[in-house]
Amino acid sequence: MAQLFQSSIGRKVAMALSAFFLMVFLLQHFTINSLSVISPDTFNEVSHFMGTNPLVQFVLQPVLIFGVIFHFLMGFVLDIQNRRANGKSYVKYNGAANSKWVSRNMLFSGLVILGFMALHFVDFWFPEVNTKFIQGDWSGRIEGVEGYRYYEELHHRFVNPYRVGAYAIAFVFLALHLNHGFTSAFQSVGSTWGRKKVIQTISVIYAYLIPAGFIGIALFHHLTH
Amino acid sequence: MSNLKSNVPEGPLKDKWTNHKNNIDLVNPANKRQIDVIVVGTGLAGASASATLAELGYNVKTFCFQDSPRRAHSIAAQGGINAAKNYQGDGDSTHRLFYDTVKGGDYRSREANVYRLAEVSANIIDQCVAQGVPFARDYGGLLDNRSFGGVLVSRTFYAKGQTGQQLLLGAYSAMNRQIGRGKIKMYNRHEMMDIVKIEGKARGIIARNLVTGEIERHSAHAVVIASGGYGNVFYLSTNAMGSNVSAAWKIHRKGAYFANPCFTQIHPTCIPVSGDHQSKLTLMSESLRNDGRIWVPKNLDDVKAIREGKLKPVDLSEDDRDYFLERRYPAFGNLVPRDVASRAAKERCDEGFGVNATGEAVYLDFAAAILRYGKEKAHIKGLDENDEALVKKLGKEVVKAKYGNLFQMYFKIVDQDPYETPMMIYPAVHYTMGGVWVDYNLMTTIPGCFAIGEANFSDHGANRLGASALMQGLADGYFVLPYTIGDYLSEDIRTGAIPTDIPEFDQAEAEVKAQIESFVNNKGTKSVDYFHKKLGKIMWNKCGMSRNAEGLNQAIKEIQELREDFYKNVCVPGTSAEFNEELAKAGRVADFLELGELFAKDALERTESCGGHFREESQTPEGEALRDDANFTFVSAWEYTGRPSDAILHKEELIYDNIELKTRSYK
Amino acid sequence: MRLTLKIWRQENAQSKGVMTTYPIDNISPDMSFLEMMDVLNKELIEKGDSPVAFDHDCREGICGMCSMFINGEAHGPDRNVTTCQLHMRKFKDGDTIHIEPFRAKAFPVIRDLLVDRSAFDRIQHAGGFISVNTSGNTQDANSIPISKYDADTAMDAATCIGCGACVATCKNSSAMLFVGAKVSQFALLPQGQVEAADRVQNMVDQMDLEGFGNCTNTGACEVECPKGISLDNIARMNRELLKSKVL
Repeated sequence: MAQLFQSSIGRKVAMALSAFFLMVFLLQHFTINSLSVISPDTFNEVSHFMGTNPLVQFVLQPVLIFGVIFHFLMGFVLDIQNRRANGKSYVKYNGAANSKWVSRNMLFSGLVILGFMALHFVDFWFPEVNTKFIQGDWSGRIEGVEGYRYYEELHHRFVNPYRVGAYAIAFVFLALHLNHGFTSAFQSVGSTWGRKKVIQTISVIYAYLIPAGFIGIALFHHLTH
Repeated sequence: MSNLKSNVPEGPLKDKWTNHKNNIDLVNPANKRQIDVIVVGTGLAGASASATLAELGYNVKTFCFQDSPRRAHSIAAQGGINAAKNYQGDGDSTHRLFYDTVKGGDYRSREANVYRLAEVSANIIDQCVAQGVPFARDYGGLLDNRSFGGVLVSRTFYAKGQTGQQLLLGAYSAMNRQIGRGKIKMYNRHEMMDIVKIEGKARGIIARNLVTGEIERHSAHAVVIASGGYGNVFYLSTNAMGSNVSAAWKIHRKGAYFANPCFTQIHPTCIPVSGDHQSKLTLMSESLRNDGRIWVPKNLDDVKAIREGKLKPVDLSEDDRDYFLERRYPAFGNLVPRDVASRAAKERCDEGFGVNATGEAVYLDFAAAILRYGKEKAHIKGLDENDEALVKKLGKEVVKAKYGNLFQMYFKIVDQDPYETPMMIYPAVHYTMGGVWVDYNLMTTIPGCFAIGEANFSDHGANRLGASALMQGLADGYFVLPYTIGDYLSEDIRTGAIPTDIPEFDQAEAEVKAQIESFVNNKGTKSVDYFHKKLGKIMWNKCGMSRNAEGLNQAIKEIQELREDFYKNVCVPGTSAEFNEELAKAGRVADFLELGELFAKDALERTESCGGHFREESQTPEGEALRDDANFTFVSAWEYTGRPSDAILHKEELIYDNIELKTRSYK
Repeated sequence: MRLTLKIWRQENAQSKGVMTTYPIDNISPDMSFLEMMDVLNKELIEKGDSPVAFDHDCREGICGMCSMFINGEAHGPDRNVTTCQLHMRKFKDGDTIHIEPFRAKAFPVIRDLLVDRSAFDRIQHAGGFISVNTSGNTQDANSIPISKYDADTAMDAATCIGCGACVATCKNSSAMLFVGAKVSQFALLPQGQVEAADRVQNMVDQMDLEGFGNCTNTGACEVECPKGISLDNIARMNRELLKSKVL
């Protein structure tokens, strides 16, 4: 098994496995966020559960962080290796003739998403860590708000139109990244053989609907202010 | 009268090979490790021989001029490979395959060799399937067959239109296994420059590294020449650009007799020449004649209109078309053997019925097949058989499944869609039945020097049937040479490694270097191709599909003059110590210029018509070939004595104990 | 047609190459690309210059020898053809055409447009075969029926001509389409099952050793492949490798 990840295909499989994990995470993140549009109360309940459940906080959250870092680092490692193998400097190279821009620029779209995650951490994750781990407040409540604080905080973040814009752009890049990454991950583990069409269809749905949904949620909160 | 010993074993025909195998000497496995064998060429014959010899335990050194053994020109064979498996239950047998091959070769091949070929043919298919060659299969999962010209059974196995590719990749994979084990040392981008003889025996070669230009010495206990045919003497042929006669010619100059050089196959279905720039011709598989109908217009007025673009071939009514093969040969129709089909096309074009701008093309039409298949399909599916658009669509699907890649290739080259308009085809040089003379053991007249595959002359007589070249190459390499070479090598178990620092190698290397330096320092004015093209024109016009004494005499003279001009005026740029394609080409063309003359001399000598060799002086009143069995039932084997014109003819009488010589009739 | 050619000239593996411009005239649209190169070389020889070295042999699209990177694409702008089958009618009078060698770390340039693709051969030596000796006694060819679908799919994979266009066009110089095709051909046939695990591992190991890059599934190889070898073969190889390592 350890041997597996020393081969080129093994590294691709590792990349794909981390991608699968991140895509599952993204799906559940999206599901919970969309509750904020449908039912703020349910959103609060679920958020509190996720924010305070020890299994989520002390097992899943570190795994998630590891997954994110692994995916990024592996992406860089593969890219460096590929550049080394490439050794080519065509005077004229017409990449557009045979492949999509996104597929050739996963590193770039990945970096944009990485930048977005910095913003996202400043917005949500650092305050959460501060509240819970530094101040030790696990109540999920703040003064002046009835019930849990989560919906109020979320709603409040999207007042600034620039932030909404930044989120929208980031999700466009996420869509691009997923547009190639979704099928690519399945291809890397060899499961596209014989079911390419199905996976491509699911890929289109997943890669466009989820980022569009996230943008929709951001816009909803911005406009309902 | 002849010093040629064919070494055909005694006994009844069908037992000869078995008895021979039982009685020849073997080399024990420990001793095989002490014996080196050189193989030149990695087509079907060379690759299969290399792999098999290495499996047996010999140390094999294999040479090819391409950058990988997988690129040898066997890869371009399209149609298929024959084998007497009788999977179709249509009455095929070893004897029938033997008979068809001898008859197809117009009774100019050696009975025992052909019978052996038919005998091992079934083993070839078994071997290739075991190697993972993906032959076409039917829905029951069993192997499929198609039929080919000149025979009445379906015995041709195929892998789409790329059978040669798949068989060669199979042999190449067997080689790879041995290269990986270290039993074959592979020398890519190397050209054999000469053979080295020690005490009369073949003991090594001089090779040139085509990348660095370095001259290398390689010794061995036996040398196997598997360098293919010499069709490129015509400049334009379906051979690869690099295909050449040099390896065979070098051994000829050192004592190997060259047999039947005038037996050349002109393949009827090639894409016509489009202009002077043409560098090679592309074959359209013979399998197309299963479904295509060959025709020209009946009236010269229509020909003129078509050439001027005023009339489209599809608009010509059935009554105005001349399906000349069906007319002349009702029994075999469009599936007559290649030589017959080619000559018939030439006859029509010579009469002015050629349908392209140069007047050298006939139509190969699939419209009838598309309709027939379409109707069949519509009937099976219960759809309207009279709906023309539907029938055409269904028919095209069937034709596409059968010949899709060939049609696409035609479209890419000619820029016309063969589904909509008939293909244009014309005969082109394709295969050379002649080659180095070998005995039953495939050994040349130089002891220890063997020739296999297209490079030898043995099995196809004066004309080769379709799908038999692949069969012969693999039969020689997998199943014949590995046995017979052991008989020869059994005397070499105590010889030990052959040194290369001896006078024989010194001398051979010096000669090779002298020729190379003379080319590089010649500083002439004309490119190598200039001479090659000129030679090709002489050959095509005077030694092509039909020949006569006057033309052949002219050809001999013209080739002699051209050769003189070549040595005086050829220009080879660059140096000898670098990659220099012009230099490599110069050496090859120099050999073609000698072979061409011997070719014409041989054709002049053989005043009969047989197979691919048609002498205008020898024909029936209807214009069919007229064989002269009383005077020409022999193999012409030429001995080199310094100049092609001085070559000495040795005759190997052909004895037919098992087949009655008959006039070939496909009517 | 009148054209301007910009061609990579490089004397040998050690020297530094440079793009050189050659104007050329009287090119017929019916010529193949290599016939156009023949015309150029004839002119160069007659002028006393050294002709452009390029690989070519069968000139009918099957040997896999020709290998030019034309206007930014392996085997040029046409689809499903090799350079030798590319015809000048695909270009317009007055065009400028860039001609470069196939490039990759694992394909060093030998001279001009000639590259060394022996890495492909070495990958095949590592496992591109079924271990069966030649004898007259292998079992009858029809003794193992193989479904038409499997036979046809294996054939599709087996049509690879080993030209290296996939590597040349890949932004990562990955050889996975080439290796995947060979692995798939044998993996689909019953004869190939016995050594399937060893085969895929050995071939992939050799591929990595030769310095080919990782596949990022851009799909460029499939588009540029003159024989239309499908990306499915890479998926099949990935699966075969996983199977061999995990199971």
